[in-house]
Amino acid sequence: MQAQVLEGGFADLPIDASYAFRAVMTAMARPGDIVDVSGAKPPSPMSVAAGVVVLTLCDPETPIHLALSHDMPQVRDWITFHTGAPFVAAQDAMFALGAWDALSLADFPLGTAEYPDRSATVIVERQSLSHDGVVMRGPGIKEKTTLSLPDTRAFETNAAQFPLGLDFIFTCDDRLAALPRTTRVG
Amino acid sequence: MSDYNFAYLDEQTKRMIRRAILKGLAIPGYQVPFASREMPMPYGWGTGGVQVSAAVLTPDDTFKVIDQGADDTTNAVSIRRFFQKTAGVAVTEATSEASVIQTRHRIPEQDLRADQILVYQVPIPEPLRFLEPSEVETRKMHALEEYGLMHVKLYEDISQHGDIATAYAYPVKVEGRYVMDPSPIPKFDNPKLEMAGIQLFGAGREQRIYAIPPYTQVVSLDFDDYPFQPTKADHACDLCGAEDSYLDELIVDDAGGRMFMCSDTDYCATRRKQGHVGAQGVPYKEDAA
Amino acid sequence: MYVAVKGGERAIDNAHAWLAEERRGDTSVPELSVAQIRTQMTLAVNRVMAEGSLYDPDLAALAIKQARGDLIEAIFLIRAYRTTLPRFGGSNPIDTEDMACDRRVSATFKDAPGGQVLGPTFDYTHRLLDFKLAADGEVGDAPVVAHNQTATPHIMSFLDRENLIQSEPTGADIPDDLTRTPLELPASRALRLQSLTRGDEGFILGMAYSTQRGYARNHAFVAELRIGAVAVEMDIPELGFAIEIGEITVTECETVNQFQGSKTQPPQFTRGYGLVFGMTERKAISMALVDRALRWKELGEDNLGAPAQDEEFVLYHSDNIQATGFLEHIKLPHYVDFQSELELIRKLRREAQDNISREAAQ
Repeated sequence: MQAQVLEGGFADLPIDASYAFRAVMTAMARPGDIVDVSGAKPPSPMSVAAGVVVLTLCDPETPIHLALSHDMPQVRDWITFHTGAPFVAAQDAMFALGAWDALSLADFPLGTAEYPDRSATVIVERQSLSHDGVVMRGPGIKEKTTLSLPDTRAFETNAAQFPLGLDFIFTCDDRLAALPRTTRVG
Repeated sequence: MSDYNFAYLDEQTKRMIRRAILKGLAIPGYQVPFASREMPMPYGWGTGGVQVSAAVLTPDDTFKVIDQGADDTTNAVSIRRFFQKTAGVAVTEATSEASVIQTRHRIPEQDLRADQILVYQVPIPEPLRFLEPSEVETRKMHALEEYGLMHVKLYEDISQHGDIATAYAYPVKVEGRYVMDPSPIPKFDNPKLEMAGIQLFGAGREQRIYAIPPYTQVVSLDFDDYPFQPTKADHACDLCGAEDSYLDELIVDDAGGRMFMCSDTDYCATRRKQGHVGAQGVPYKEDAA
Repeated sequence: MYVAVKGGERAIDNAHAWLAEERRGDTSVPELSVAQIRTQMTLAVNRVMAEGSLYDPDLAALAIKQARGDLIEAIFLIRAYRTTLPRFGGSNPIDTEDMACDRRVSATFKDAPGGQVLGPTFDYTHRLLDFKLAADGEVGDAPVVAHNQTATPHIMSFLDRENLIQSEPTGADIPDDLTRTPLELPASRALRLQSLTRGDEGFILGMAYSTQRGYARNHAFVAELRIGAVAVEMDIPELGFAIEIGEITVTECETVNQFQGSKTQPPQFTRGYGLVFGMTERKAISMALVDRALRWKELGEDNLGAPAQDEEFVLYHSDNIQATGFLEHIKLPHYVDFQSELELIRKLRREAQDNISREAAQ
């Protein structure tokens, strides 16, 4: 096994994971907020932030789907070694990871009427992440905020299915932001 | 520190709880099932809140625990000590100094800030449970947004008593979709459910987690002709003179004499430090507390 | 002037110290050792292991000592400890056919291969207090009878050969783990059985008894009750085969129950199943009866509205750690909620009084 695979995990798992989760939780509770994270060094093309999210939330109980942009041996090996999460097709995914254009949103589970939580959380790797973008409103947002989103229609469609829907985490370098299904865009 | 993992729970359990918290925030007011673990304190004594706190705490946090609004009630003391021991976090009784507050039955009087997290201990998370004992049925009702039963119950109260006879755990509708049990807080606290902080609810025995993100719309159920009214004892605090706080009633002598004091002990102490004195209070002295 | 009561911390410390003193009891009496509890209070130890879902007689004995003999408290200690243990893997299913039986009885056949083995049972003791035990509990050795050590076939297998008993599906599927995934209804039989085996003995007994008295009566015979040691094996991927990692004592009960048959199926007996850690036969028999009662839907029977048929009712209320915690929590302060009701009832009474006065004035 390559050294790169074995490295890049949290140095102090319980502590690093606690900070990482607080950052991810803050992002999910406050859509549009951009938070800094650290502690993971995943292989390219994964960003530090995507690595942090995977290390914090994934394990053998969470099937993960890699979009083509990220479905490569070094990424698979790294995720397997550090989390044990099984790789699955999009329709069985609890988590999904990839670049926006590589993700086929229509294939992911949206949850069911009785269990809307059984939907995928999609980690979207971005080249840039800033507040220069689309207006967002909804729970977690005081009046309104803005975020650079890869699309508008897709999120409108997603929000319209509430309480079903996907939840998104946008990752870029060592920063991330989130957009849950409750957020109204545009 | 101790032989146990940071904040007691193992990492896999924390991840499971953390995933449930995120889904809870993404679907405000919806009860996310989670595989609650057996904790070293009894079910019904805050195991849900404790598991949520364990999943949320970082070493930098300052932790506060209240039960009935008070920091020094025995179960609050017990939970505070648990995290002092297992997570090594700083603790405080001051609401303004706390970054994570675990509570049973109250929301602090002082408005929470955006950087504060309120964790509720929840006994029965299902607001429809007392109307329909079956989980299979209530889950269906939530799925279909079928809340007629709840309105009928509230209306029957009005026709029988002339008023809605629910004084605590008063049901709310979150963001126009899910009817939610705010935990057994007095309905006086309901308006505070719309706040800047993050609110997380943990029900250990019933294996449910739910959440309210900041600035989420939370409406107490009512009728046009019987609007919701937050109520409290019609008195001022006898210790600090506050007229805007929820009050405990104490029986102070054999003749049944009463006095009223703030249920939020930190709020009361802070006011007394600021020089406020109630009808039966004495001026605050540093060493008197 | 009023000074609010403080001192929760000191009160707790003092209560703990007093509790420790009470546990130890009169120091002029020798202290009970964990080994004594483990070897002389074995049925208590077995119950704690069964409902604690952890097979460790030493820890169960320690828990009983710490809990001052309160078995539910001891079960709680074991459960809380169990939660902190890492999970290395899952064993293969145990094979009770290979059990070294200490006890094996069948109520449906007078004799069968393997024979009837009474074993160390209370069944035929006369329940007379033995005052000699108060002075001296030493006993001589029980007689040893040569026992056929070959495998003891299950009684059910004989009925199975004639197709008289409904066969159960076998499969390699790994069922959900009640302690790792939240209970969801309707639950699979595997989950129901997990819930029953760790459920409170008294609760399961009461439910089982209610079926016997007519609340969803299912005419159970104990086809077989067997108690003994079985090997626990685990596949080791690195080795490519299974190795024995230990031995546990379990009690297994299979009941044979009446079944009317239907238009499409000829009449066949059905079964209920109980499997519990340790020598715990009251629990195992109760479990089998309740298991059978819960199977009404899959067997195409009528829902008679009996408590033991109600899966949600049984599964949500069988766990004594959940039950005792919630029951006892009502002694925690509730004065905030009580206060809110106090205000409400005063208001309602005031309004009612006003109405009466108003009507009187008119």
